[in-house]
Amino acid sequence: MVYFLRRFVFFLGTLWAAVTLNFLIPRLQPGDPAEAIVSRLAGQSESVDPAQVQAIRVMLGTPDGNLFDQYVQYLGAVLHGDFGISYTYFPYSVTHMIGQALPWTVILVGVTQIISFIVGTLLGTWAAYRRNSRVDSVITLGSTFLGTLPFFWLALLLVYVFAITLHWFPERGGYGGGSSPGWSWLFISDAFQHSVLPAVALLITGPIGWIIGMRNNMVQSLGEDHTRLAVARGLSRRRVAITYGARIAILPNVTGFAIALGGILGGTVLVETVFNYPGMGRLLLESVSSRDYPLMQAIFLFTTVGVLVANFLADLLYGFLDPRVRKVESA
Amino acid sequence: MSTPAPAVPAPGADTEGVQAAATAVARTTRLPGWFVILWRNRKCRIGLLMLAGFILVAVFAPLIAPYDPRDDAFPTSLGPTGSHWLGTTAQGEDVLSQLVVGARTSLIVGLAAGVLSTLIALVIGLTAGFVGGWVDEVLSFLINLGLVVPALPLMVTLAAYAPVRGLWLIIIVISVTGWAYGARIKRSQIITLRTRDYVTAARFAGDGTARIIAREIVPNMTSLIVVGFMGAALGAIGGEAGLAFLGLGDPLTVSWGTMLNQASLGGAMLTGQWAWLIAPGLALSLLITSFTLINFGIDALSNPHLRED
Repeated sequence: MVYFLRRFVFFLGTLWAAVTLNFLIPRLQPGDPAEAIVSRLAGQSESVDPAQVQAIRVMLGTPDGNLFDQYVQYLGAVLHGDFGISYTYFPYSVTHMIGQALPWTVILVGVTQIISFIVGTLLGTWAAYRRNSRVDSVITLGSTFLGTLPFFWLALLLVYVFAITLHWFPERGGYGGGSSPGWSWLFISDAFQHSVLPAVALLITGPIGWIIGMRNNMVQSLGEDHTRLAVARGLSRRRVAITYGARIAILPNVTGFAIALGGILGGTVLVETVFNYPGMGRLLLESVSSRDYPLMQAIFLFTTVGVLVANFLADLLYGFLDPRVRKVESA
Repeated sequence: MSTPAPAVPAPGADTEGVQAAATAVARTTRLPGWFVILWRNRKCRIGLLMLAGFILVAVFAPLIAPYDPRDDAFPTSLGPTGSHWLGTTAQGEDVLSQLVVGARTSLIVGLAAGVLSTLIALVIGLTAGFVGGWVDEVLSFLINLGLVVPALPLMVTLAAYAPVRGLWLIIIVISVTGWAYGARIKRSQIITLRTRDYVTAARFAGDGTARIIAREIVPNMTSLIVVGFMGAALGAIGGEAGLAFLGLGDPLTVSWGTMLNQASLGGAMLTGQWAWLIAPGLALSLLITSFTLINFGIDALSNPHLRED
């Protein structure tokens, strides 16, 4: 019980820290966001009168008053899920824009990461089962080599070869001009075609961490006393490997899955940019280049909170799977 | 960040013999022992040679590059030709010259951000592990927070707010977002070290905390610190390339990331300029490969079971 309580407190603590960090980052910059949009408007039309400036301030909810008041106001807004209006997609709210982009990223990352985890764990198990054999060195050296390739570059090469040269897949976007998002067969098949290359880009490097982690954990657990006992009892080699080696070795990979999520989301920003895929990563970059601060802040907060929730769930799962952590933490 | 897989110790490897041989070689050639151990590892030797190659190119970049990387007086979007081996950019700059000068940027960022984030990790990890108590609780919380916050979105957000985009900004942003992993490893290492007998002995002898850390603890973590530095430098090189590719790098610096950004925006794919597209990415992967190979040797340094003859 102490273990779960500690994890919950840690989760609340990181949640608070992430929300506060999100509040502090924009205040590190000189000048204020409302000024930025005013000067942007001034660039497009001829003149901006003070009343317009005031209106923008009110519209964006740029808070006046001292830092503490601003902080309290900000916490209230976050609790209500109110992230203001996007500068670039006016009059849409930030929440609306994120709602549009979120499913794309969740599906792309979700599907590719589950496949990566399964494939990586299986290959790692195989390498450990046949350790020091040709299979082992092909798998380990192969994944070490693939891991050194920068994967936004791999994504660029995929576009070059399969979209532009061979025309097998569309080169950019999430769906074609002929369809609009909805539950129609046309849209779903179209979206699937558009997602193949981004998914492949994520899948080439995705399983590497799991392969190496699983192999090393399993080689270690195969050397432990309980495995030796199992061998002495005359159990088959396969059974020893799966129920005595792999079952224990897979545990650290469960928490690894959640920790890796932060890095994976970073990779998604790059991949979505290469393919112009309409997910959170591209929205983040768009908001950065158009200086749409409310949108950018909210995306950062959403991403971080998503990772924190995933970590918390992995911690809980780990507590159920491995009784040792519960004992150690409560002792 | 992935650490290379430590090889399984060969059964009955004659580690003492190897060590004796290493010290013997070191004595005759006056090379430091650690270097001999690294050099005797075949993978590591290849990695060291590759890295040395990159360093030479970076140091002598202005001499090696055929043209000024910013000189845009050439015909635009050329494929590989005799006078431009890797072609020219959409602005008419020489790709090969940019590639050569880009080595400099990557190595500077790797070195500077690697040192900076190793220092942050060392200070925080050492303090947390050595002081313990509530200080450890607070610092451990910070470390865990740093581990879970997604680094690239944080880098992008920080870079977006910065008033000036210089190379130093990139280095600082990368260091601030990349220290947590090293700090966690150093903290757990120091917790096992601080209760060792020789530390207790030093304390009874009247040594102060600073002296114990500097004289007793840090020398025993050297390989860990070096591995940490290599990992941080590797992460920094990748981070700079990623940021620059997203168009958030220093617009005045030529780097492999900005080259890929320009190639992607400048239509290298549509004009079929494969050399412009492939060269920067390949250079980046070779540099990363050299680090990974060297790490095999450093693993051997800290774990005698892994040493090769």
